[in-house]
Amino acid sequence: MNTPCLSRPRGAIRIQDVVKVYDPHGAAVTAVDHCTLDIAPGEICMIVGPSGCGKTSLLNAIAGFHDITSGAIYLDDRLLCGPGRPQSEPGADRVVVFQNGALFPWKTVLDNITFGPLVQGRSTLREAREKARALMADAGLADVESSYPAQLSSGVRRRVEIVRALMNDPSVLLLDEPYRALDSLTKSMMHESLLQTYYRNKVTIFFITHDLEEAIFLGDKVVVMTSRPCRPKKIVTVDIPHPRDHNVLTSRRFRELMDETMSAVHEEAQAAFAAGEREG
Amino acid sequence: MEMVASGAIGREDSRLAMIRRRLALSLRSPAPYLALLGFALFLGFWHLAVEVWQLPRFRAMPSLGAVVGDWISRDPIYGLSLFTPEYYAHIWASLRRVLLAFALATALGVPLGMAFGWSPAFRRYVFPLFEILRPIPALAWVPLAIVMFHGTESSVRFITFLPAFFATALNTMLGVSSIDESYLRAARCLGASRWQTFRHVVVPGAMPFIFTGLQISIGVAWFSLVAGEMLAGEFGLGYVIYTGYTLVTYPTIVIGMVTLGLVGYVSSAIIRLVGRRLMQWHARNLGIEG
Ligand SMILES: Nc1ncnc2c1ncn2[C@@H]1O[C@H](COP(=O)(O)OP(=O)(O)OP(=O)(O)O)[C@@H](O)[C@H]1O
Ligand SMILES: [Mg+2]
Repeated sequence: MNTPCLSRPRGAIRIQDVVKVYDPHGAAVTAVDHCTLDIAPGEICMIVGPSGCGKTSLLNAIAGFHDITSGAIYLDDRLLCGPGRPQSEPGADRVVVFQNGALFPWKTVLDNITFGPLVQGRSTLREAREKARALMADAGLADVESSYPAQLSSGVRRRVEIVRALMNDPSVLLLDEPYRALDSLTKSMMHESLLQTYYRNKVTIFFITHDLEEAIFLGDKVVVMTSRPCRPKKIVTVDIPHPRDHNVLTSRRFRELMDETMSAVHEEAQAAFAAGEREG
Repeated sequence: MEMVASGAIGREDSRLAMIRRRLALSLRSPAPYLALLGFALFLGFWHLAVEVWQLPRFRAMPSLGAVVGDWISRDPIYGLSLFTPEYYAHIWASLRRVLLAFALATALGVPLGMAFGWSPAFRRYVFPLFEILRPIPALAWVPLAIVMFHGTESSVRFITFLPAFFATALNTMLGVSSIDESYLRAARCLGASRWQTFRHVVVPGAMPFIFTGLQISIGVAWFSLVAGEMLAGEFGLGYVIYTGYTLVTYPTIVIGMVTLGLVGYVSSAIIRLVGRRLMQWHARNLGIEG
């Protein structure tokens, strides 16, 4: 049922034995500990784990916002960071959608969306606008192009931000709890809209969340992380076929997967809580 | 061609309609009447305190009648009114000094503040010095300024410039450092170079603070201008006030003060307006949030 994808899927991420220690010569907080994880091209990989376990740290390492202490990360066999290259260079092949949203408030929606291709000098203003309008029309955003972000609801802002990312034909989308602040109704609309977008533009998605339902509904696999320092504890493969819609949420398979994931998450949450008690 | 013209006229029309609508709206709200009432109460108190009650501290004050009478007289008793060319010469002298100082303060303060905010290394070298110089009141610079510049004109300009410059630089720096890290990260993710990030993220992101800085800047410019003109001027509103004092022409003092208030208000209103124009994206200007 999937819309056939003509171009060869890109965006295989290989995380190999990655360690991230903050302030190694002082407080030495280990956020990521010997984490190994493979994400296939075009896969939606959901990351769940207790608060403060190190999920964002892992995402920042892939994005190139900070260095790693050891290990290596590859994107399609290209070394992003690793031996001799502690920090990867941020680039439009791995666009991040931030937890609190980072649309530029001083640019209109259209100028936000065309920002990437224009600063990279990849396309002319006309081409960029044409492409932006096409993507916006697909995402049901045709009538907001001249609004400023502050005029939009947070749900619409998130959709705009994802379109802004897709304008660069990235091989990976990195999402850090993008729907955290949304109410549950808006959230489920966002989920379906994200999947629709994904069916049209197959990219690899690395998606951090606290919401198990969201993780299973969207994910091809759900990686449950251990409490800090983080490393995969359990990987649940979600074998519910695409395309998915909200009916999935009431299916038996969905509940089974929820149960299976829940126990692993719960264990780690308890461990994190106990560790917090010890530190506090 | 005709289409374009009619389009422009249409825009002009809707423009006018919008202004008229706003005016009607603001006349319906209580704000303008309350403001008028405030003025009336103040003026009434002034009149009563000086002429009717003759309160102890007010007895020697110029009365409302004397001030207004002189101000709008074609032949003012004390030599300065709306009809004398000297009045405008004084306003122009002060305005010119303030505008020059303000322009220079902006031209130097904004880039310096940007550099402070953008380059930690530069900040480490220069900021401590800046922070020691900044609290020195402009008036304390007067003697050195006169020695340095020989003439009074340049020294008045210099002490007008100085606090305006500090206010602008400091606020610009705060503006740059107030920019949310995720905007900078987003720009890098989307492939912006350092310069593009500066131009598309840092400058517009700092703009609200910069304009706050400019408001403060023009305020302190007027403030120290008057101080400078009192000490070292030969012309200007500060000079008018000071000579009014030495020549015991008290209504002139008040005419000078009120004029300062008006000119000062108009100058900062203009800056506010320009700021609004440049920052239409700002939530406050979109009419969202407060
Ligand atoms: N710059 C930093 N310097 C020192 N410690 C940091 C830094 N950033 C994060 N940490 C610590 O590293 C740990 C992991 O942080 P991280 O933000 O990666 O967790 P997270 O799993 O994303 O948490 P959350 O679910 O709350 O978003 C936390 O204990 C945090 O306090
Ligand atoms: Mg996080």
